[in-house]
Amino acid sequence: MIDGPLVEVHDLTKDYEEGDNVARVLKGVQLEVARGELVALLGPSGSGKSTLLNILGTLMRPTAGSVRILGQSLVGADDFVLTEFRNRHIGFVFQAHLLLPDFTALENVMFPAAARHGRERREDRARGSELLDRVGLSDRRDYLASQLSGGQKQRVAVARSLMNAPELVLADEPTGNLDRESADRVMQLLTEINTSDGTGFLISTHDEKIAARCRRQIYMVDGKIAHDSR
Amino acid sequence: MLYSIKIATRYLTATRGQSLLLVLGVAVGVYVFVFMSALIGGLAVLLIDRTVGSIAHVIVEPADRNPALLKEAPGTLLAVLKSSQQRPTLQSAEAYLPILETAPHVSVVVGKLLGNGFMVKGEAVAPVQITGLESKDISAIADIDASLVAGSSELMLGTAVIGSGLAESLGIGIGQSLVIRSERDVEQSITIGGIFQLGLAAVDNAAVYLNIRAARVLLDLPEGLSRYEIKLDDLQQARVVADDLRARTGLKATAWQDQNAQLLEGLTAQARSGDLIKGFALVTIIIGVASALLLSTYRRQSEIGIMRAMGASRGFVVTVFVIQGALVGLAGGLLGAGLGYLSLLPFPPPELTSGGGLPVDYRQGAYGAAIALTLAGAIAAALWPAYAASRIDPVKAIGP
Ligand SMILES: Nc1ncnc2c1ncn2[C@@H]1O[C@H](COP(=O)(O)OP(=O)(O)OP(=O)(O)O)[C@@H](O)[C@H]1O
Ligand SMILES: [Mg+2]
Repeated sequence: MIDGPLVEVHDLTKDYEEGDNVARVLKGVQLEVARGELVALLGPSGSGKSTLLNILGTLMRPTAGSVRILGQSLVGADDFVLTEFRNRHIGFVFQAHLLLPDFTALENVMFPAAARHGRERREDRARGSELLDRVGLSDRRDYLASQLSGGQKQRVAVARSLMNAPELVLADEPTGNLDRESADRVMQLLTEINTSDGTGFLISTHDEKIAARCRRQIYMVDGKIAHDSR
Repeated sequence: MLYSIKIATRYLTATRGQSLLLVLGVAVGVYVFVFMSALIGGLAVLLIDRTVGSIAHVIVEPADRNPALLKEAPGTLLAVLKSSQQRPTLQSAEAYLPILETAPHVSVVVGKLLGNGFMVKGEAVAPVQITGLESKDISAIADIDASLVAGSSELMLGTAVIGSGLAESLGIGIGQSLVIRSERDVEQSITIGGIFQLGLAAVDNAAVYLNIRAARVLLDLPEGLSRYEIKLDDLQQARVVADDLRARTGLKATAWQDQNAQLLEGLTAQARSGDLIKGFALVTIIIGVASALLLSTYRRQSEIGIMRAMGASRGFVVTVFVIQGALVGLAGGLLGAGLGYLSLLPFPPPELTSGGGLPVDYRQGAYGAAIALTLAGAIAAALWPAYAASRIDPVKAIGP
């Protein structure tokens, strides 16, 4: 069932086990995000921002609590179902703009669609070009990812995260490795897409200026939500 | 599938030098495989040609009369006496000929009259084995024509073709005459028409070929034959053919393998040691491909993590790496087999060499098997790295 709010999290806990030590990193997170919201996730280093995003992105399983995305509970689902769900409904932008270095900008952008269909369809190529155009990189379409600058790579990553028109994009410090100008440009892009496409964004950042451009700010401290501007 | 092929090829071409080295390594293994196949096959051809080339593949003789049918009465001793003078003969031999000639795989049938005797030249006397046959058949079983060292192989009524060792021990040459006496005490005067050297001492030192009509008189066998000797188009069918002929004629039929057990054992042992070396070559290929791909999954783990995060399934990752293995196996297989073929081609087939040289047979390079086994081996080698790649945890691979 693909319905309901974008994200619903109740009593979410996450433990990391290291030998006999069990570290509780998320300590009962409650969170609801509506469709189309643009949310900044702030908090000191180690407060659990990345952990939360990874769990929402179905890349990691929670220790306890419930997670619903688009009304679908994903806690007990197997890897195949999670992978498929990720592919259709969730986009990612990581700090270390992880592109496939031996593939061109366009091939990178098309990847989520090609992985779904088993080939690079013509309509996906067109959409990929359009997305590159949107992030201002149409002239770098056929450059290998390894030949792009950091800021360009991150814009390619943004375009890729939108390829399958996901309802939710999770961005973990997307501007963390960029200079002021590139960071602003990427952030500008994300807010534009949010307004025009209604894509929901959850963006973790240490940058107050970036956070200020979001309509909602959530502060995490020690595995809990300490403040929510909503 | 299409898309996994694209990614697999891109991965291989992105690290071109390493991929080339890997393919080259696989090709060397395949080359060893092909070379060993050609060598073992060539040795077998050579040995079979040198041995089986000069003997019959199937011999059809009168059945042994079974003395066990005689009952031994109490208090008596039963002695079975076999005449050494009167050899068993196929009485109405011609009746069997159509059966033999039309049997599957039979290419040549030669009727022979066999007997023992002596050749006398002045003071010198030598025991001989007399073979009577039609002149046209003289080279049908052993290639006497090709082994001729003097004279001609034509058997006329008064001429004989004899082995070189025999000629030497009697001190005679072409055109000279001497007396031959059979076990039936019949004597004839004959002229030496030809001398041959097969390289088989037993034959070269005692064989005397005569025209069958002369032999009939000499051996006192006005009709019938001692046996039929048969050549086949496929050596390996000899036992099957022998069984078939035995069933159809009621005669005794023996395949060459049952007269040359040692040769057969030698060939089998040779083939087995060849298989062992080929097996090692395959294992080397598998280890090489597996370690190279394992290294590649390690180097590309963050990329694999990102693909998984973007919604690529585990199966997709497995396919990408298995296809890499398959492509390496196919390229290495084709290259190794191709180089093997090209380097074996200059060697003449063993049956055409006069000994010496490497007895490799380019027709027995087992190129198809080499490529197929390499492909299968490379795919098998890719399974573990592919599985490992599909188990990579995207969170760990992507990093903080
Ligand atoms: N794989 C892991 N094993 C054990 N502990 C971990 C693991 N990953 C994260 N942690 C711990 O969990 C806590 C939260 O980490 P997390 O990466 O979620 O923080 P963060 O808020 O994203 O920090 P930052 O702002 O530095 O990125 C930290 O104390 C970290 O040491
Ligand atoms: Mg983090």
